[in-house]
Amino acid sequence: MSAHIFRLAAFASGFLTIAVFVMMLVLGWPLFTSGQFFAILTGEWRPSNELFGIFPMLVGSALVSVLALCFSLPVSLGTAFVVATLAPRPLRRAVQLMVRFMAGIPTVIYGFVAIFLLVPFMREQLTGGSGLNILTASLVLALLIAPTMIVFFVSGLQNVEERYRLAVDALGGRPVQKLLYLQLPQAWPEITAGIIMGLGRAMGDTLISLMLAGNSVAAPQAAVDSGRTLTAHIALVIAADFDGMQFKSIFACGLILYVFTAIVVMLLRLIIGRSMCQV
Amino acid sequence: MRRWFERGIVFWSWGSAVLLLAILLSLLSYLVYRGGGVVGIGLVFGDVPPFDALLLRRQVFSGLFPAIAGTFALVLLAVGLAVPVGLAAGIFMAEYAEGQIKWLLTVLFDVLAGLPSIVVGLAGFSLTLILHQMFPGRLGPCLLISALAIGFLILPYVIHSTQMALESVPPALRRTALALGATRLENIRQVLLPTRLPDLLGGVILAIGRAAEDTAVIMLTGVVASAGLPRSLFEQFEALPFYIYYISSQYADPRELQMGFGAAILLLVVCALLLVIAFIIQQTLSRRLSRF
Repeated sequence: MSAHIFRLAAFASGFLTIAVFVMMLVLGWPLFTSGQFFAILTGEWRPSNELFGIFPMLVGSALVSVLALCFSLPVSLGTAFVVATLAPRPLRRAVQLMVRFMAGIPTVIYGFVAIFLLVPFMREQLTGGSGLNILTASLVLALLIAPTMIVFFVSGLQNVEERYRLAVDALGGRPVQKLLYLQLPQAWPEITAGIIMGLGRAMGDTLISLMLAGNSVAAPQAAVDSGRTLTAHIALVIAADFDGMQFKSIFACGLILYVFTAIVVMLLRLIIGRSMCQV
Repeated sequence: MRRWFERGIVFWSWGSAVLLLAILLSLLSYLVYRGGGVVGIGLVFGDVPPFDALLLRRQVFSGLFPAIAGTFALVLLAVGLAVPVGLAAGIFMAEYAEGQIKWLLTVLFDVLAGLPSIVVGLAGFSLTLILHQMFPGRLGPCLLISALAIGFLILPYVIHSTQMALESVPPALRRTALALGATRLENIRQVLLPTRLPDLLGGVILAIGRAAEDTAVIMLTGVVASAGLPRSLFEQFEALPFYIYYISSQYADPRELQMGFGAAILLLVVCALLLVIAFIIQQTLSRRLSRF
């Protein structure tokens, strides 16, 4: 009896996950039947001319998340080195706690502080304009995905048998040598997984790009341009419109994000066979 | 040459860690600098006596009380919905599921955990559209829909932490009660769950943190900037993270902006407290487990 309840709960949860995909597919169905799906993926967004392409948002999302990854990767890797090996033991724990705390800070707070601290700086010193652009958003996003990546990197680096580490110590290797020539070479699966996971989180985040990227609908040409991501597009269109093709196009955004997530999950399974939930 | 390279790596690594620390500290100190002045009883209740506000005798217009109450109601509902289902599903995954079914469900829960929260919000919004077509004019975006969506958002984390907790029970302990003639359910209820209670609790607390901080989901499913206290499941409500987001673009005067910073401090303290509690619970667990 109870086993049935447990099974029901698990199957229902799994079913709901599929149902989300189906629901978006059904509500966005006119996009597919009218043969416009391809046009929407590659076209530009000009509702006044009946053009509802989400290509600018695709570019925006890709640009923001790849830039965020580029900023975050070196810093995350460096911090992971410190946590895994370079720091003395008590300090390691302190840095690890700092990383956990950073992961716990609500996204909206990162965005809020950035608006009043980073945006004026960008406006006056670096990019000019309003200060709301892809570069600003990706800098903050880099901070947001750093804890995720650090956790993966550290677990990869620490994945070495104790006796190998002791062997390096016994041979007189310094911590940095142990790190570079023993721990790093075998950590590549976890490091790749961390990078994919970081990219996934950067693509999926809404608030940072909504608050900081400027949300203009033209396809961005450069990092200092204002841009709009798929996630921010969903939030902005829902606030404006409930009907018509403009509204339908957000389901295309939702489907793209869903498929992207599924790909990320599959890649993670292939590379490390581990779950996303662990961060 | 190699020596210089190694030195460079060390220098760069420490530089990264220090950079992160510096950013974190400047973020925190800037929050306190801008919003520290308003943190106090007045931030929550405005000029209404706290007791009157809590007993709902007078409405609070100039404080965060409605937003806090909204977030509180939302988290309570969402966790109340997600925990029983997540617990049951987690038990199934750890104790009953096998082979391809287990693989399929694991992948599905992974996808669910990875879904951007805006997509979960969009799903909740779609649900209101469908319900609206079925029962015209009755149901729009509201507290109930938000709670369902947030519950759905935290569900995979509850499932995962339950599953991990049960699967990490040492085999000797797992088989003892069974060998003594206990049924599978008795074993789960009286041995496996109690030994792993702190772990389960830690998972739930982390889920609470996620539910409290998420903004994208509720933005699409029924939060508004001013709604007063949440009165019913079928009405719109206020929430702390949305208030912060709203203030960042819509503040009218410096006082309101300062309230925004105050709200940010409040939300941060709540999330930090939840983290600390989860951490302490995990610590007690690892100490208890070392006895086995």
